[in-house]
Amino acid sequence: MNLSKILKNAFLVVIFGLIVTACATKKSVKTTTESSTTTKAAETQKADPIEKLDALMQGDVYIGSDTVGELASGVPDRVFFATNETILTTASRETLRKQAAWLRQNSDVTVVVEGHADERGTREYNLALGERRANAAKDYLMTYGVSSDRIKVLSYGKERPVDSGSNPLSWSKNRRSVTVKAN
Amino acid sequence: MRNKLLLFIFCFILKPSISYSVVEIDITRGNLDPLPISISPFFTDNNSEKIIKKNLDIDNLGLEISKVIENNLRKTGLFDTLDKEAFLQKPDIAHLKPRFEDWALIKSQVLITGKVTSKIINEKDYIRIEFKLWDVLGAKMIDGFSLTTVPTNWRRVGHKISDKVYERLTGESGYFDTRIIYVAEEGPKTQRVKKLAIMDQDGFNTKYLTLGNELVLTPRFNPTNQMVTYLSYFRNMPRVYLLNIETGKQQVVGDFPGMTFAPRFSPDGKKIIMSLAKDGNSEIWVRNLETNIQEKLTDHPSIDTSPSYSPDGKYITFNSDRSGYQQIYVMRSDGSKVKRISFGKGIYGTPVWSPRGDLIAFTKLHKGKFFIGVMRTDGTGERLLTENFYQEAPSWSPNGRIIIFYRETKTDEKGQGFSAKLWSIDLTGYNERLVLTETDASDPSWSSLLGN
Repeated sequence: MNLSKILKNAFLVVIFGLIVTACATKKSVKTTTESSTTTKAAETQKADPIEKLDALMQGDVYIGSDTVGELASGVPDRVFFATNETILTTASRETLRKQAAWLRQNSDVTVVVEGHADERGTREYNLALGERRANAAKDYLMTYGVSSDRIKVLSYGKERPVDSGSNPLSWSKNRRSVTVKAN
Repeated sequence: MRNKLLLFIFCFILKPSISYSVVEIDITRGNLDPLPISISPFFTDNNSEKIIKKNLDIDNLGLEISKVIENNLRKTGLFDTLDKEAFLQKPDIAHLKPRFEDWALIKSQVLITGKVTSKIINEKDYIRIEFKLWDVLGAKMIDGFSLTTVPTNWRRVGHKISDKVYERLTGESGYFDTRIIYVAEEGPKTQRVKKLAIMDQDGFNTKYLTLGNELVLTPRFNPTNQMVTYLSYFRNMPRVYLLNIETGKQQVVGDFPGMTFAPRFSPDGKKIIMSLAKDGNSEIWVRNLETNIQEKLTDHPSIDTSPSYSPDGKYITFNSDRSGYQQIYVMRSDGSKVKRISFGKGIYGTPVWSPRGDLIAFTKLHKGKFFIGVMRTDGTGERLLTENFYQEAPSWSPNGRIIIFYRETKTDEKGQGFSAKLWSIDLTGYNERLVLTETDASDPSWSSLLGN
């Protein structure tokens, strides 16, 4: 099992090498993101293509900072998912804990958790999948003390991609749940 | 006698689609021998021509009607529509009594003639259209009719004649006097603006039914009337709606505590089945539009969606990932006796029951490619009709011979070049065609044959 995963990763790395090279010039780093991510992204830019891809995806979950906005200062607004999955990664849980902490401090704020899927699935299944992802995030926020009546979920399925590319890196950025202030 | 033989052969050629051989599309392609047919421009007398010109601003309506028929028949791939330039006989004389030798000379086996006359009934202008279908080799008329209608209906008359010809020569019911509802798409991929649109089956008379202010998806026709059910994000509340396309009146279907989506009518048009997503779980529900009773049909922590009734209303096929991946299931319409039917390699979605009842069309994803295919209702006899980068959402023509679906293109390394278009393909896997639309398009649904 582990071996096959390693092989799969190696395969992905080889494939994306070229794509990342092609995209390197347009990859912009958000200056507003927290300093640690900026440093990481800056390092990424200097590194060779293969390491660069490693820094952007883990398995097929996006771990870069491109497209990531802020719910509040220092609080990232989104988490990413593996293909067809709704499981929250360690990094996602960390992000959601930050969101929960901020929401506990700002108890008048209500949010909408928007669930999204990539374009590689049928429209209707993706609507259900987006709803499932948004609820995974909502449940975690509730575990950390945010009451359910402050969190609405809204699935967009594959209707609102942030990246219009047709490649695994773009798809990984689109498999996401985004916490948006509703008031 | 020879004529009978000809028709027999023709029907026989159409037959293979009903057998279930595994189609190797390219190998068998080209076996079809399209029937040579001449469609004479319909004759219009001078007086009628003037009145029609005044009403419709069309110079030669008889010619235009013959073009509607020609276009319909040619696109089936079953007819070789002969060039009008080669016709020797004038339309009026041909319609009275064709000189069959002249038509046989240009290798025509079948001939269509017609006549358009202007009529006044209760001081209003009407058109009367007469058509005849001739067997050239048998030297006799084999079918025909006449009808009177308002001038603006002239394209529909062409479709009705096409249906009659198709029916007479193939033994199957036609599908030309029908409409297609779809989602018209515009704008960049990350901010698509989507509207409901409806057009005649041949791409004419496009009308937009929503303004594009909110996201709309998956419109589906009621098989018994001109109602449509679809998903709208009105006020950011994704819900299933009902729309009367004649009056424009729309309403939410039911009162559900979460997102409702993936709607489809029952064959009698009295119920809507759909998914309800709540707390991360999607289940299939049915709502009776007459009694307003709604009922949950599935009960499983997996995603259950894309339900579609069998034409007798006794069964429902749907999509579920309860096995770990998306697969196709069939259950009784009360939700009992759930059975998985797809077992091939890859994942399966969007099952849609054929109007003939014997097949289920589906979308399949395997090794990074999307396929549209059909299988028997017990899951055997899987045949893949077409393969592409991305395509899904099959919808059947009312006679169950053709499947319409949408296809999206891969973007380039800059994220440019995205498009979504409607395509159709015969059940045989032959005759794949782009369906022209004014804008980009997706989520097509084919209507039943229109009434009178």
